This record gives sequence, structure tokens and C-alpha cells, in this order.
Amino acid sequence: MATAEADMYVTINFEETELRLGLPGPTVPPPPLGSRTGAAGKRGFSETVDLKLNLSPSAKMDGCDPHGAAIKTANNACSNNDPAKPPAKAQVVGWPPIRSFRKNVMAVQKSSNDAQPSKKPAAATTTATPPPPAAFVKVSMDGAPYLRKVDLKLYNSYSDLSESLGKMFSSFTIGNCGPNGMKDFMSESKLVDILNGSEYVPSYEDKDGDWMLVGDVPWEMFVESCKRLRIMKGSEAIGLAPRAVEKCKSRS
Amino acid sequence: MDLTPKQSIPAAESTRFPDEVLERVLTLLKSPKDRNAVSLVCKDWYTADSWSRRHVFIGNCYSVSPEIVARRFPRIRSVTLKGKPRFSDFNLVPDNWGADVHSWLLVFASGSPFLEELRLKRMRVTDGSLEFLALNFPNFRALSLLSCDGFSTSGLATVATHCKNLIELDIQENGIEDLSGEWLSCFPDNFSTLEVLNFSNLITDVNTEVLERLVSRCRSLKVLKLNRSSSLDCLHRLLTSAPQLTELGVGSFSQELTPQQHAELKHAFGFCKNLTVLSGFWDATALNLSAVYPACSGLSFLNLSYTALQSQELASLLPHCPCLRRLWVLDSVGDRGLEAVGANCPSLEEIRVFPTDPFDEDMLHTVTESGIVAVSQGCPKLHYILYFCRQMTNAAVATVVRNCPDFTHFRLCIMNPGQPDHTTNQPMDEAFGAVVKTCKKLKRLSISGLLTDLTFKYIGEYAKNLEALSVAFAGSSDLGMQYVMEGCSKLKKLEIRDCPFGNAALLSGLERYESMRSLWMSACNVTVDGCKALARQMPRLNVEVMKEEGSDDCKADKVYVYRTVAGPRRDAPPSVLTFSSL
Repeated sequence: MATAEADMYVTINFEETELRLGLPGPTVPPPPLGSRTGAAGKRGFSETVDLKLNLSPSAKMDGCDPHGAAIKTANNACSNNDPAKPPAKAQVVGWPPIRSFRKNVMAVQKSSNDAQPSKKPAAATTTATPPPPAAFVKVSMDGAPYLRKVDLKLYNSYSDLSESLGKMFSSFTIGNCGPNGMKDFMSESKLVDILNGSEYVPSYEDKDGDWMLVGDVPWEMFVESCKRLRIMKGSEAIGLAPRAVEKCKSRS
Repeated sequence: MDLTPKQSIPAAESTRFPDEVLERVLTLLKSPKDRNAVSLVCKDWYTADSWSRRHVFIGNCYSVSPEIVARRFPRIRSVTLKGKPRFSDFNLVPDNWGADVHSWLLVFASGSPFLEELRLKRMRVTDGSLEFLALNFPNFRALSLLSCDGFSTSGLATVATHCKNLIELDIQENGIEDLSGEWLSCFPDNFSTLEVLNFSNLITDVNTEVLERLVSRCRSLKVLKLNRSSSLDCLHRLLTSAPQLTELGVGSFSQELTPQQHAELKHAFGFCKNLTVLSGFWDATALNLSAVYPACSGLSFLNLSYTALQSQELASLLPHCPCLRRLWVLDSVGDRGLEAVGANCPSLEEIRVFPTDPFDEDMLHTVTESGIVAVSQGCPKLHYILYFCRQMTNAAVATVVRNCPDFTHFRLCIMNPGQPDHTTNQPMDEAFGAVVKTCKKLKRLSISGLLTDLTFKYIGEYAKNLEALSVAFAGSSDLGMQYVMEGCSKLKKLEIRDCPFGNAALLSGLERYESMRSLWMSACNVTVDGCKALARQMPRLNVEVMKEEGSDDCKADKVYVYRTVAGPRRDAPPSVLTFSSL
């Protein structure tokens, strides 16, 4: 197992996986030469990871010059650019054009969400802590050179999450989710197929620090307890779903 | 309004019309444009207008001097002043640039101490100035500060202490030094004239009891905007004692409420039958939001742009607001939230979608072209849009303006500079082409994305009513700016940053700048020599160059050009070079 993984990493061409700052998504083209910010040049994950990891990218980007002739002269006259050093978007002063006041408001909100709520009104009784407005968790995928982050609050169900992660990591699937994504997870035959095959399986670390299989609990409970996500290779996921496997065994 | 006489009247006959009557008639004209037209008719009318003018609007504080204003309008009561260029909101203007209100106050105090109202935007205001204001204008009643800086809450305290007749205190989005909430306690115990109180910008706590007593004393209070630290308990009590409010800004909305408290708050909101504007809502939870439903039936403006609502929460709230005409939200509501807008707000005229986190590139679900299309499909009366997004297509914009051809304000910000149509990889020229071709009433346009000179050709050719244009990271050559300067005859404000426009472009507008309020160009290809050439040829323009540290001597990093009758200003800091024809 270890050597197979080591081999896998050796075959990665690190230049191809070079990180650059810019928006996610496979369709953003590299910046025209001499462009001031050069921040548009991030390649989609599918492109950087490429076939070396045996993933099938859903949207293969044409790496050739995506520009029409109309764009060639754009921004060429900006003389003091250094195309070799594209600044991060955040370094472009005054862009996007949002008033400082608004930026400060949102920054304070974000940091106060991270901290423990300190002021509780005397008259209120505590039932359940209101969930913070955003729930960012890191998402790692075995074999991928870098992690991503998602806000679980932006999704309403496992299938939503699956769809998004699928776009992010291209060939990843949680498996067929019915209207209640949870149900199909427990569908024994599918689980076994996943475990025996080479597909990826999502797991998450919960509040207690345990690694769990995604899909066991109702969606809301999952969002509240999930601290990070890990998309693991199926072969490693066996220990996570002992009940399902036993059920399966007892039937076959 | 055409005031030119149909036939020429001999001078002797025109003076038979008593001045007092003429002045009385003129006071019925409120709009500054009408008043300006009146003053051009003849000398008598000019004089009558001067004596009867009560309100003056000065869009650029350096276009005229306080002495000239005071001399011309000796009985002025209300002044609106705007100072720094708009890009100062985005940190592009140095702090000490100018636009200090003090010199204006000094002149008014000696000439017309009857000043009652002062509304300032992007001006520098010190505590000293606020104190001077409070002590030297006995009839002073209304102070509004928007995007100003240089003062602290101590300045507010002096205003509260000394302005016995204050009816309006409106402090919005300022660079204020927030020392304490003591200022609110400075209103005298018997003070009861307040009609507008907006301190939503302030962070420090005010004394809740003092606030509640103040609100219950001020029976004419119509507008109350609390700050973030105001609790829901406090809000509940305020609503109960001031059900006459028409505009309410709530504080933080995340506090946990027992079912009892929630019901009581909801009940209190039910008292407020006159509410038309609702804002605030920092950190709103879905449950707490439902408490405001009873107050929403007459709501015309809902500002939710300080809380990251999800699509479902917005979708639950909107059906309660059938009369909504203006809506501000964060992009956390996503395309689904905007679909809910399209489905529930048939009367919507304005929508603004701000980014929750403009610098976090991992955000997956913001708003896309689908969202704006969904709104346009459900809201045919839409005429104002401000939209921050990370992707857009030409086709979507064309659809939007086909659905809503009456746009007067179209401000689209694709946050990644120079980004093309994400489905076709083409520039966004056709998008803005569609906007200017379809929207004949367009007055204000902000463009973004990958744009060539073609966009500007469209703008110059079709946007004949355009008054304000904002451009960033766009264009291919000087031609771009030239198209606009030649074609947009009604243009008043042009702001450009990071575009390949040079001296030829700057000078192409020679004939236009005197009929414009101002031109801003930063990070373009203009040189100091080009600016000098402009200044030489146009004596009634101030041409200012802001130099950045370490830049070449010949480069004009930031250029600000504006018409003026006051000559070059004398209060510029060393980093601002002023060129004149002298």
C-alpha cells in the first residue's frame, strides 16, 4: 500500500500542480501577458491533478491559448507590471469596490462567529446554541496536493454537497443519493460496491474527534458535528462502516 | 422647465414686479436645477433667487469657495456638501487629501449664522468643527454625516449637548473614532425634538435606559437606527414606546430568545404599522427573523446586507413583504435566494447584492448569472441594480435588460478583474452593449469583466443619457476613452482605474470637462506632462495629481480633474500636485 502511494506521488509532475492564486473553476483562462493583476490564472483542480491520479476530469480544459484576437492588446500598455509575480487578489488596492465600513462589518462578524459567544442575556434560557452563520470545513482528498474549504451551511442536503464536491474534485461521487441521501448510504449493496471498488468515500471528523462515514445521520446533525471532511480511497474506508458491512454479510 | 420669457420685456417693465412677490413665488421651486435655471433669466431674477435660496447643493466642495457661496446666498439655511472623490471610499485617496469642512463653517458663522441643516459626504470633519457648529449656529437642527472622517464620539457629544433644537442626527458609515457611547447621554433631560436618530455605525454601547427615555420623550421620532450592540430586549421596549416609527434599524439579531420573548417581540413589531424601511440585522438567525413578519406588510425597503442569510431564510421572509421596492442582501442567499426574490417581489425596483467575503476565493455558492436573470424575470419594474458576482455571461445580461428595459442604474461588478464570459471565454463587450442599447434611460453605469474598446464604442454610441460611468481594468487603447468623451454629452462623473488610457485619451475630453463635475483616472498611462497640457489649456479646471511613493517623476499615478470657479486649492498636502494655467 505504502509503495503504491509513493509511486503515485512520484508520477505527479510538480510543475503541473503548481499553485497559483485565482478563482476556482476550470474555465478561467490564464491572464493575458502584461495584465496588471494576473490573478485570473488559477487552473482548475482537474487540470492540475490530471490523469496521473486516475481521475477523469469532468471538464477538460483546453490548455492552449483561450483568447481571441480581441484580447491580445488588452492591458499591454500597463508598463510597470511584472507578469512573473501575480499579486493575490486581496492586494489590489480598493478592489473589489466595497466601502471600508462594509468590509469591517463583515470581518467583525466572521471573527465573532469563530469565538465563543460570550454575552448571553440574563433572561434567556439555553436550549441549543444557535449555529453560526457559516460552517467552513476543510476538505481533503487522498492524493490531492492541496485542500479545499466548503461552507456546509450553503447546502441543504447530502446530494447538494455531493454535487459540489463532485465539481470540485471532478470524479468523486458519494454514490447515488435518493431524495433522502442518507438512505442510500445505508443501502448495503452500494456500500459494498464502493468499498470493494476503487471509488472514493467521504468521511468526516466529528466533534469528538472520531472519523465517521458521511451519510449516517440527518443532514442538520451532520452539519453541526462535522469538523472536517476527508475523501478517502474506498479500500481504506472499511473500518468506518462496520454495521453496514455486517448487515451486508448477514444477508449474502 | 422653460423659464425664458416668450417675448422680450423692456427692462423698466420687468422691475415693476415686486421683489417680495417674486421671491415668494420662487421659494416654491425646490429643485436646485430649476433654481439654477431661474437665476439665469435676468439680473432681477438672479437677485431674487439669491435672496430666497434656502438650500444649496454643492457636489464638489472645491468647485466653489465658501466665500462665494455665502456672498451669493446670504440667507442660506441648508447646505449639502460633498468632498473627496468617490474612490476614497476604497482607500485610493490619501487621508490628508483635504475636503475639510471647517473653512465653510467659519464663513457661514460670520455671514449667515442661521444655518439649520448640514449634510456632508466624504468630508473631513474634526471634533473641533463639530463643537464650533454646535456653539455658533443657534438654530441648527439637522446634521447628516456620510462617509466622513476625522471626528470622534466626543464631537457627537458636543452636538447633543448644545443643539437645543436638533431634529436630525444621522451618522452613517464614517471613519469615526468610537470612544464611548456617552454622547447619547448628553442630550438634555427635557430634550424632545428628535425626529431622526441614526447611530447604526457606532460600535460602543450606549446607555439603554437613556436611549429608552429619549425615544419615549421624542414623540415625533420617525427614524431610529440602532447600532449592533443594541439588544433585542431593548428593541422590544423601544418598539412598544415608539410605534409611530417609519424607519427602523435593529441591532444584532442573534440573541437567543425564549418562546415567550419571541412572541412578545413579534407582538411589538405588530404595533409598528407605519414601517416602510427596515435595516440592521447583524447576525440574524432564522428563528429571530420571523419575529419581524408582522411589521413587513407595508415595507418598501429592506436592508439585509449586514447578515449572511441563506436562501431558505430569505425565501421564508419575502412572502411577508408584498410591497417591497428596494432590497439589499449579501450573496450568501445564492441564486436560490434570488429566485425567491423574483417569485415574491413583483414591485421590486432596486436590488443590491453585496459579497459576503470578497477575498475568500473558496466560496462556492455565491451568486451567478442565474440569480440576476431570475430577479429580472420576476421583477419587471427593476431599474436599479448593484451586483457583485464571480461569474457572468453576455447572454445573461442581455436577458436581464430585455426583461427590464427601464434601468437607470446598472452597476455590475465581476470581482475578478478582466474576467471573460465564463461560458464562451469572450469579452463582456456584448453584455454592456446590450445594456446601453436597450436601456435608454440609463444614467449610471459601472462596468467590469474583460472588456475591449468595443464596450466603450457602444457606450459612446448609445448611452446618450449617461451621467456617471465607472470603469476598471478595461479597454485596449486610448480609443476607448475617446469614444466616451465624444459620445456621452450628458456625462457628469467619470472614474477610471487600471486602464490603458494615456494622454491622448485625457486630452480628448478637453471640451467636456467644464460641463462635468469631475474626472478620476488612476493607474492609467497618463503622465504629468499630459496633465500640465490639460491645465494650460483649460484655466477653469483644477488638474490635480496624487503621487505615490517611489513612482517615476513623470507618471501621473492618480489624476483628479474638476471644474471650479475658485481657482487652484491651497490646502492640498505635499503629495498632491496642482496644475493650473498660471
